[in-house]
Parts: sequence; structure tokens; C-alpha cells
Amino acid sequence: MAEPEPKPERYTGETLPAWSLPAAASAEIGIGVEWPERVTREWALGGSTGAGIRVCILDSGIQPDHRLVGEVEGAVALRKTDEGEIVVEDDTEGDLCGHGTACAGIVRSLAPDCRLFSVRVLGAGFKGSGAVLLEGLRWAIGQGFDVINMSLSTTKKQFSGLLHELADSAYFRRTVLVASAHNMPVESYPWRFSSVISVGSHEEKDPLTFFYNPSPPVEFFARGVNVEVAWIGSATVRSSGNSFATPHMSGICALILAKHPELTPFQLKSVLYLIASNVGGAP
Amino acid sequence: MTENLQAAVSAGVMSAESEHRALLQSIVEVARGIFSARASSIFLHDEAADELVFEAVAGEGSDSLVGMRFPSSKGIAGWTLVTRQPLVIEDLKQDPRFSREQAESTGYVPEAMMSVPLLHDERALGVLQVLDRSPEIEFSLGQMELLGLFANQAAIALDLLQRARHARAVLAESGSDAGVIARVASALEELDEEQREPVLRLLGALDDVLRADVSF
Repeated sequence: MAEPEPKPERYTGETLPAWSLPAAASAEIGIGVEWPERVTREWALGGSTGAGIRVCILDSGIQPDHRLVGEVEGAVALRKTDEGEIVVEDDTEGDLCGHGTACAGIVRSLAPDCRLFSVRVLGAGFKGSGAVLLEGLRWAIGQGFDVINMSLSTTKKQFSGLLHELADSAYFRRTVLVASAHNMPVESYPWRFSSVISVGSHEEKDPLTFFYNPSPPVEFFARGVNVEVAWIGSATVRSSGNSFATPHMSGICALILAKHPELTPFQLKSVLYLIASNVGGAP
Repeated sequence: MTENLQAAVSAGVMSAESEHRALLQSIVEVARGIFSARASSIFLHDEAADELVFEAVAGEGSDSLVGMRFPSSKGIAGWTLVTRQPLVIEDLKQDPRFSREQAESTGYVPEAMMSVPLLHDERALGVLQVLDRSPEIEFSLGQMELLGLFANQAAIALDLLQRARHARAVLAESGSDAGVIARVASALEELDEEQREPVLRLLGALDDVLRADVSF
């Protein structure tokens, strides 16, 4: 897996205290008005191919040679040893289920020039899967990916605090977490945290159509019904579920970040809101 | 011991294993009927073995699959259990690897699958699947909601089954003392109101004696 890469910076921050802003320093954080008077889709992502944006699929692995996925630049798997330690190893097994390949294919279809990576957190059994998910996410955040696609969740309250800390640390490190919302009446994480971009499904066909939900916790609805996706065995299947809406949103994030690499997760979410199909929408 | 005795009383009054199985069976039968599907299954997660077990099957495979086991994070059922996310896929015939593995283990190769986790409180108890639903109706979010409603019902049934099994296991391990309590509770449960009243008076008197003894 490649070394973490520095994010584009507006200012270094080195001369500023971390928790306050002296009067003389306010000029250093001047951002200027680089956003147009009206943020449009054309401004946000028009012409973008997601070039250079590093997208991590935290899932069941990715079949590396699938025609709809293309190049996968790195793949690791998390495994629990007999001593109970969780280790990160190069993944040679690809995809154990098909779902990770499907997500990768969706991201690729929207952002053809993005860079795809796989972190497999499934396959080591159900027992301990919450701890493996946590470690997988921690590892992925440490790699400095621009976008992490998480079509999964846990219902275990014991993990919610740690997941919350990880989600916040990703937010402050400029890694965007895109997580599937639950469509069942249960408490689950991390999609409920405000530092992530949570995604549910809509039934429309256009992969770039997405809606802002004025009644969170689910913040956005993306295409998630009857989607043709890549599957293991070099196949394709038709699929439905929030877990397929999520990579649509990840792909859209990659498009915007490729064109506007300076955006923080807060700013990115603001852009998503402004160009949502039910808000500003149009071109 | 208190917990064991409570479990013993529970075992005495709870429905039998066969009744819980009948409940699960009726859920998969109705799920199959509602979606006009070829088959529907409920898998229970066996925590001790960390495996998924076919607990109830309607339609294709109903005579051979119950009791069959496979690793808890394998395949689409495993993905559903671990991620706790529902998943619908169709046109599976194009996937030779999936087909071969599925055929080897179950003898039946579905072309379409709806898979939903069975969640109760914090726990993921198992998975409900509906195979080869009628292709005449295009899948919609409304059907996903219906599947979720069925999953809630199945999760409650599965929770009851697990509690009953646990109570019976405790009873089996705790020997004759708890057995007496369980038999008394079970016999009492079966009495009609007229017969029950004198027995309850007798048990009430026994309760008074025991409490009095403790206070001395």
C-alpha cells in the first residue's frame, strides 16, 4: 500500500496556536471567495474524472481483474490471530462475497480516473468482526485516503464510542467517511455520526442524482435500487440496497475532490448540499 | 443458582422446541408466499461454533437443508450477518463461482436473492433470505421495507427460540433440584383455573413457611 500523501493545504497552520486565533493571525487564514455566487454542479464536478483521488473500499475485498473495476492499487485484509491480535496483511484472496467488487465498480463508473484501494474486514468469522471493523477503519484513516466507502455498520454499543472517535479523527484529517444508513429500526454505527456522510437509497436511474434529506440522521439519498454492478466471477448482477447507494455518493465525492482538492469534509458536505437534486440541483 | 432456577421455571412453562420451530417455519412460508418466491430460509448464528445454521426452510430445499451449517462470514448470508445490512441481488446465474459453491452445499442454485439481517437489540441473531422472488414485479423500496418488517418478526421468533434453548440447557445441567421446580411450574401451567386455585394456596403456604424459616 502506498505511503500516505499530504493533503493540499491553504495554509500550514504551523504559526497558529491550535485552539485560538490571535488578532494578528486572522489574515493568515483568509480563504477568499473562491466559490461562485451560486454553486452549481458544473462548478462542483463538471469535467471531473476523479483523477488522483484515493478511494478506499472497506468491505469484503475487491476482485482485482474485473473489467468494471480496473486497477486496484493496493489490497490488504485484516485477520485475527490465534492469540487474539488483529493483523493487517496483503490480501491475495480478492473478494469473498462480491459486495466489495460491486462497490468498487460503482465508484469506478462515476470516477473513472480515481485510485482504488481495498481493505478487507470480512471473512474472518462473525466473532470479533466488530473489532476487525474498528481496526480496519483505524488503519484506513492512517493511510490518509481521501474517501473511505463503508457499506457496513455495527449494532454493538461498546464500539460506538471508539467508532465516533475514529470518525471525528478522519473528519479532522480530511478523510471523508461515506457510510450506509440502516433502513431498519435499529441503532447502528457509524452512519449516525454527524462527522460522516450517511447515505440511503432513492429509486431513480441517474447515478449522479442525489438528494439532501432535510430530516436527518440520514443526510443524503443516492441511487440504490436495481443497479447493474460488478460481481465476483467477472460477472455482473442487478442489485438494491443502501450499501449500493453509498458508493454512488463516494464516487460523487471523488469527482468534487478531484476538481477542488482543498475542500475539507465540512466544505465538501456543504457543496453536496448546494448541488443536491432537490436543493440547487440543476447544471 | 437463582438464575438457574428462573431458567428452570421458564423451561417448564415455555413452549416446546417444536412450537418455536413451527413459528419460524410459518414466517418463512409467509415470506415465500408474499414475494411469490421459490424458497425462503432463516439462518441462526451459532455463537459457540461461529457458524450459520439453516433453522427453517420453505420451498426448495425444505426437506434437506435444516441443520446444515457453514462459516459465519461466508457468502451473501455471511456478508449480511457481519455488515448488518440488507442486500438484494438478481441475475445471479451469471456468477459461476457463486453458483458452483451454492450448488455444492445446497443442491439449489438461485438466480435472485433478498438477504436481510435478523437484529434484536444489539445482537445480530441470524439472516432471513428470500430466493427467486417473482421476476414479474420489479424490485422497489416498498419491497425492501416489507422485507424489513418480516425480518423484525423473524428476529423476535429467533430470540424466543434461543431463550427457550438456553433455559432447557440450564435445566439439563442443573440436576434434579431445578427439575422439580420446572415440573411443578409446567404442571401448574396446564391446570385449569378451578384446579389451579388450591395448588396455588398450597404453594403460597409453602412460600410463607420458607420465608419464615429464613427470618429465624
